[in-house]
Formats: sequence, C-alpha cells, structure tokens
Amino acid sequence: MSTAVAPASDLIAAIGNTPMVELRRLAPHDGVRLYAKLEGNNPTGSVKDRVARAMIESAITDGSLVPGQTILEPSSGNTGISLAMIGSRLGHPVRIVMPDNTTPEREQILRLFGAEIVFSPGAEGSNGAIRLAQGLADADPSVFMPYQYGNQANPRVHFETTGPEILAQVPDVDVFVAGLGTGGTLTGVGQYLKRERPGVRIVAAEPLPGEQVQGLRSLEDGFIPPVLDESVLDDKFLVNNRDAVIGLRRLLRDEGIFAGLSCGAAIAVAVRVAREMETGSVVVLLADGGWKYLSADLWNRDLDELEDELEGSLLW
Amino acid sequence: MTTIRIPPVLRENTGGSRTVEVTGSTVSEALDDLFGKHPALRDRVTEDGELSRFINVYVNDRDVRYREGLETAVGGDDTIILLPAMAGGSR
Repeated sequence: MSTAVAPASDLIAAIGNTPMVELRRLAPHDGVRLYAKLEGNNPTGSVKDRVARAMIESAITDGSLVPGQTILEPSSGNTGISLAMIGSRLGHPVRIVMPDNTTPEREQILRLFGAEIVFSPGAEGSNGAIRLAQGLADADPSVFMPYQYGNQANPRVHFETTGPEILAQVPDVDVFVAGLGTGGTLTGVGQYLKRERPGVRIVAAEPLPGEQVQGLRSLEDGFIPPVLDESVLDDKFLVNNRDAVIGLRRLLRDEGIFAGLSCGAAIAVAVRVAREMETGSVVVLLADGGWKYLSADLWNRDLDELEDELEGSLLW
Repeated sequence: MTTIRIPPVLRENTGGSRTVEVTGSTVSEALDDLFGKHPALRDRVTEDGELSRFINVYVNDRDVRYREGLETAVGGDDTIILLPAMAGGSR
C-alpha cells in the first residue's frame, strides 16, 4: 500500500508531517518502546520551519507584516534559516542576529537564502543576540521582528500540528521528551497531549551552558522565554555537552540517524527516562539534522578535546 | 558533604569560589549552610523563602522544581548546581 502524499503547492506547504521511527536498538529494555519524531526532515532541516511559517503567516493575517517588509530575528541558527527560506519565497528581506561563535555552516546557509547577518558577541550567548536584536528593532520601526521567544504562534503551531501528528503516529504515547529552547515545542505539544491523553508526562532536556557562554552581567539578565508554560513540564534534566555528543553518536551508530547536537541531549534524556519505566511508549522529538554541525566534526573527534572546545561555543 | 556549584554571575558573593562544600539532608538545608558561609547569596538565590525565578537549582542533573523543590533530598556524592535561567536550545 502506498503512503505517498499529494504534492505540496510549494516548499512552504511541504513543512511538517515528518516521519516517526521506532528506535529498537536504543530502547533500553523490551518493556519500553522508544520513538523519534524526525524534524530534520523539514525543508530546511529543522523543526523551526514550522515555527517560522506559523509566525509569518499569523503576522500576514493580522497585518503586522506587510508585503516587502524586512524581517529581523535573533537566532543562533535554525529559526534564522527557516525565516530566510520562507522570506525568500514570499519576497521579504531577512536580517538575522546571530552569536559569532556558532558553526560556519549557519552563515553559509543563511547567505544562500539571501539573508543578511548581524553578529552579536558570542560570549553573551543567545541572550546577547536577543538584546542586540531588540535594540535594532527599537531603533528601526520599519522592520518586523517575529520574536520566537514571545510569539504565541510558536507554541500554537506545535499544539495544532506537531502534537496531533505525534498522537496519530503513537496513540499510546506515555512520555514526550524534547529539548528546551524557546519552550515552544514542549509547551504546544505538551498542552495538546495533556488535553488528549491525561497522564502523559512531558520531559525537558536542557543544555548545560559552558561558563564562557553563560554571558550574564546580572541574574536579572536571565531569561525565561514568555512562550514557555512551565506548568506543562513534569521533569527537566540538565545535559552537558559531553553527554549530548555521546547521544548524538549513538543515534548515528545504532539507528543511522544523522542529527544535531540538541538531539543528542534529547535522546540521552529519553533513554534515561525509558530505563526507569517498566512498560510504555516514549516519543522524543529530534529537532534538526546534523548538516550544520559537520565542520565541528562531533562524530569523530576525541571527546575530551571536543568538550573543551564546546565549552566556549554555542552549538545548540 | 554535598558540593554546590556556583555560576560565574554569583561568584562575587563567594570570594570567587566555583564550588562550596555544604552539609544538609535537603536542598533547603544545604542552601542554608551555603548562606551561612556566604550571607550575601541568600537574597540573590531566594525571594521570600522561595527560589528566585531567575535561578534554576538541580540535584545532579534534575531540576528540583519538578521534584520536591527545596525539600528534595540530597546526600552522599550529590552535587547541587545553581544556574541562571537562560535562553537555550536549538533556537
């Protein structure tokens, strides 16, 4: 039986409806089934295609984005690339504020899609990119800033698309695991799954930032993304870069999945949670493919050397 | 003894120390011991006896807010990690 779907009207319409695969070798024991939602299969290679599309479409609908208007956004990579692709399709110039210590692939891809890049100091981390972008937007009212951290279209698209896809693909899902970035995925999928399947557990994998990229001048510079609904979380684990890289390598070696660094952290948490369960189904969302991390060669290098280098950079 | 890891942004209150050894069988007791040694930290880490929303507290790798909060048990070789809330993930 063919499961082919009808052609999409264009690339933007091809976003979403990503595959779910069972991870038989990474499942820690026979009682638990472990599944991965492959968001790297989106058109630009990450879950952020969903978010970028939703933010742009809702801004067009409510009139806050008008034809030809420039889109400005702080992003260390995925969201910027998604906005750049969609902006290029719809005729909007795109300007991305990005920390200067990510991988070169991000800059290459952004430029391929015609985006302009503004670099923020890497030592200030994502918070520094957010501050700089907010300053630029305040100084130039002609730009439109979707602002994924505070835009309700971000969690809403996960409530309306990612969550229903997961439940349709794994109707007996007991635990959902995803990386914590803006909080959009965990909030939207979590709210949907909890409504449809009370008792489901929502678990966050949070990056342990290297000290050099903690970049805070004061605690009050700290940042809780407005779109994150913390009440939806049932557990939250900190994952260091070393364990994330180990997870990333196991995904490739055991399951053939070429994924990004945050996916290594998410799988580490998913396997840990699955190990503590007797029976049940765990779904982990793998946010992106490995392409943007190739230059860092996360798959082959000595772990100690890599750990030192990751301490001072911002890869996820 | 339990080790508490101090983030860079709070080290001005610990004389530069990255880690502080404390005693106590819960996070609350461990933090009280920490505040006894470095009193200026109390107002930076807690607000009205609750954890500041700008600080996340982990026992080893697990956020105590989703366990028993300040009453989460600690002991043995546990490490308590204090981290400022930050934007993270594959943004």
